[in-house]
Amino acid sequence: MVALTIPSIGRRAENTSPPSAVAEVMAGCSLRLIEPSLTARYSDWISEALDEIQGCFLITDPGIAGHPIVFASHGFLAMSGYSREEVLGRNGRMFQGPATNRRSVLEIREAIREERTLQISLLNYRKDGTPHWILFHLFPVFGVDDGRVAHFVAVQVPIPRRSRSLSEARCGGARGRLFGACRNEVRSDCDLGCNLAADLFVDVDNRGLEAEESREASEQEKERASDAANSILSALTQYSKLTGRVVSSKRCRLAGISPLSSSLILSLGRIKQSFVLTDPQLPDMPIVYASDEFLSLTGYSRHEILGHNYEFLNGPDTEVEVLHQIRQSIQVECACTVRLLNYRKDGSSFWNLLHISPVRNASGKVAFYVNVQIDENAKSDGLGLSPHMRQLGVVGAVKVAVRSLSLCAGPSRPSS
Amino acid sequence: MLTIKRVPTVLSNYQEDSGESRGCGRNCLGKCCLPVSKLPLYAFKSDAKPEISSSGVDEPPSDFFLNSLLLGGWEDRMSRGLFRYDVTACETKVIPGEYGFVAQLNEGRHLKKRPTEFRVDRVLQPFDPAKFNFTKVGQEEVLFRFEAGEGDKARFLESAAVGEANTPSVVAINVSPIEYGHVLLIPRVLDCLPQRIDPDSFLLALHMAAEAGSPYFRLGYNSLGAFATINHLHFQAYFLTMPFPVEKAPTERIPVVKGLSQSKVKVSKLLNYPVRGLVYEGGNTLKDLSDVVANSCICLQENNIPFNVLISDSGRRIFLFPQCYAEKQALGEVSQEILDTQVNPAVWEISGHMVLKRKKDYEEASEEYAWRLLAEVSLSEARFEEVKAYIFEATGLESEEEKIEPEENKGTPHQSSTTAVAANHFPEGCLILQ
Repeated sequence: MVALTIPSIGRRAENTSPPSAVAEVMAGCSLRLIEPSLTARYSDWISEALDEIQGCFLITDPGIAGHPIVFASHGFLAMSGYSREEVLGRNGRMFQGPATNRRSVLEIREAIREERTLQISLLNYRKDGTPHWILFHLFPVFGVDDGRVAHFVAVQVPIPRRSRSLSEARCGGARGRLFGACRNEVRSDCDLGCNLAADLFVDVDNRGLEAEESREASEQEKERASDAANSILSALTQYSKLTGRVVSSKRCRLAGISPLSSSLILSLGRIKQSFVLTDPQLPDMPIVYASDEFLSLTGYSRHEILGHNYEFLNGPDTEVEVLHQIRQSIQVECACTVRLLNYRKDGSSFWNLLHISPVRNASGKVAFYVNVQIDENAKSDGLGLSPHMRQLGVVGAVKVAVRSLSLCAGPSRPSS
Repeated sequence: MLTIKRVPTVLSNYQEDSGESRGCGRNCLGKCCLPVSKLPLYAFKSDAKPEISSSGVDEPPSDFFLNSLLLGGWEDRMSRGLFRYDVTACETKVIPGEYGFVAQLNEGRHLKKRPTEFRVDRVLQPFDPAKFNFTKVGQEEVLFRFEAGEGDKARFLESAAVGEANTPSVVAINVSPIEYGHVLLIPRVLDCLPQRIDPDSFLLALHMAAEAGSPYFRLGYNSLGAFATINHLHFQAYFLTMPFPVEKAPTERIPVVKGLSQSKVKVSKLLNYPVRGLVYEGGNTLKDLSDVVANSCICLQENNIPFNVLISDSGRRIFLFPQCYAEKQALGEVSQEILDTQVNPAVWEISGHMVLKRKKDYEEASEEYAWRLLAEVSLSEARFEEVKAYIFEATGLESEEEKIEPEENKGTPHQSSTTAVAANHFPEGCLILQ
């Protein structure tokens, strides 16, 4: 029995070890999608326009697996010490570290999941490992055409150390006296005075920084964040009109089709297998999601298949009996596994081990069907799970994602 | 004698036959079958060298491996009809309110069966092989073994011989799931450990949380007296892709002047939440964090204080809740209205996920109800401070507050631990009828 090793990406990967082959491939795939993420929607001139905006900010694309950074401003790169290549294609979590407050991380994750604006203080880490406090201002930008989040923008404003009550306790000696005197002066000037004083004392002891539970941003910093956010939004909105794929800061509620939320798309994007989701509530049960691996397997592009029925994979030699079996299972809301001949875009055929399963959402009713494909002749991915188990793993992951992410506030009757 | 009626949850298909002893050839998890069996084995990289916790890389391991293994296996068992119901067909919702408690309508979760007696006035009870335990579970309910491996990478073997020398730890399905993917982690199943925390087992649980790599996969533990159903050491786990209310609650760090600075573990108090609890995070290594929490649990066990533990955020944040609901129930101090909803406040309920049996309760579920129920579970402020002091003493910590009056605190925890417990806690002969 062969023991198969799993490339260890993740928590246990040391910072200095080289990325495994899989990680490189993953990053490579993202990089091909990074530039078009912005230019396809905002035109080729967007990078220049964004470069003119002062401030530290990142733009991320939740529609790409891994939710990567697609733009980093000069100010951000200067503040963090990273180069553009080191940041593009990576997830924003790379700037978190051991003393980053876990609840803040949870809040960011939830704001992304719920597609809303968030402003919190956060401890981030520069490339050289030093921590620093920032005011983190996150907001979504929605596509007017489909109501989905096109991009998230994260503006970051450094919060300098100040002589507030929290850090006062840590001030010792001369520094304390200086601030003590300051507090006895006119209070309205205290802010300005203290800030100036703080800048004179460079904090060389990072441990003190990490021991701080939180650091409040001042009104000035919040204003700087809002101003930068407005400039960025303005630029994005303006340039999106050039391509016709207009964006807005508000989601436009579309009558009829409610698109898959970006949090569901993010979750589905983590499943690195060929599969599609179809929607039985819509006429002709169209495909509403297709994984990258499905596109590679079949040779189609996403635009060509979203909204279409799954049957385009069938062809002249596909057994009618099998198709009948599939339709019957769907009628009774049951899962089925079949083997059928399918056709790629280029006309070539392959034997498809297809597993189809109903997927229920939080209401308990069937919301989608997931179709998981395995090309019989494809090389095994070497990770040790049988093809059937891998298919079931996809079904499980999809079921968890759809059920949890459709949970929303349900009405409650008052007790009689 | 005080009694409480309670309807338990069935965790395994074999639990219902607990009275009978089956011969083997049934492919169970006992010494008769397991050592000569083959099961899938997931061997995680053990903590040989110190680890930088939360180095900023939050991604699940490549290909989401452990999750595929667990969810794929779970889906397979579903298709084989091993679960008592399809949990995805159970309606669920977030209760409107500030915290977002999650309620589920599940009429099939609680089995009606003849009542049996089960002592819950003692947190530590010896393992009883005559009662149901996990060695009696059929191997089809097991998904894979989960153990520390050698080497610096995680490994997976689809079919590994268990062998005589090994003490296998297994992950099995929970046949009455609270959510899709609900499993049980049973450390060293053949050793027949009773339901009590020990440092090695707790570390195994933390490793599982870390290995799954998703902040939405949590592990939970219920002590006896805090609604553990079976006196055979086990943890529970499942996925819920949203935060639990308790994870959103604010916390306040407890300043520690000595004891924790070496390991860098942070202890905080939970604020603005109906159940009082401690939150542990940080640590140089997973083991550092694990040991502090395990020692805290052991202190509670030895003082006969029932408790629940929630392992969240991929093993980075651990919540500890001492509780007293069973005692209150025995003394008739819980309102009938709350009792009628038949919610046993174990770790998932305390964390904010409630399974409701009656449609009426589900439709009327409110944050105010959830708060009222959970408030009954919590220790009072005074009692919590006492318990916190025992824990700090037992884990070798000295909090800043204690420094203020050192003379009074010296020796007090020791003296009060035995007498105070007897006075405040379960009257003799307290039983719960199931």
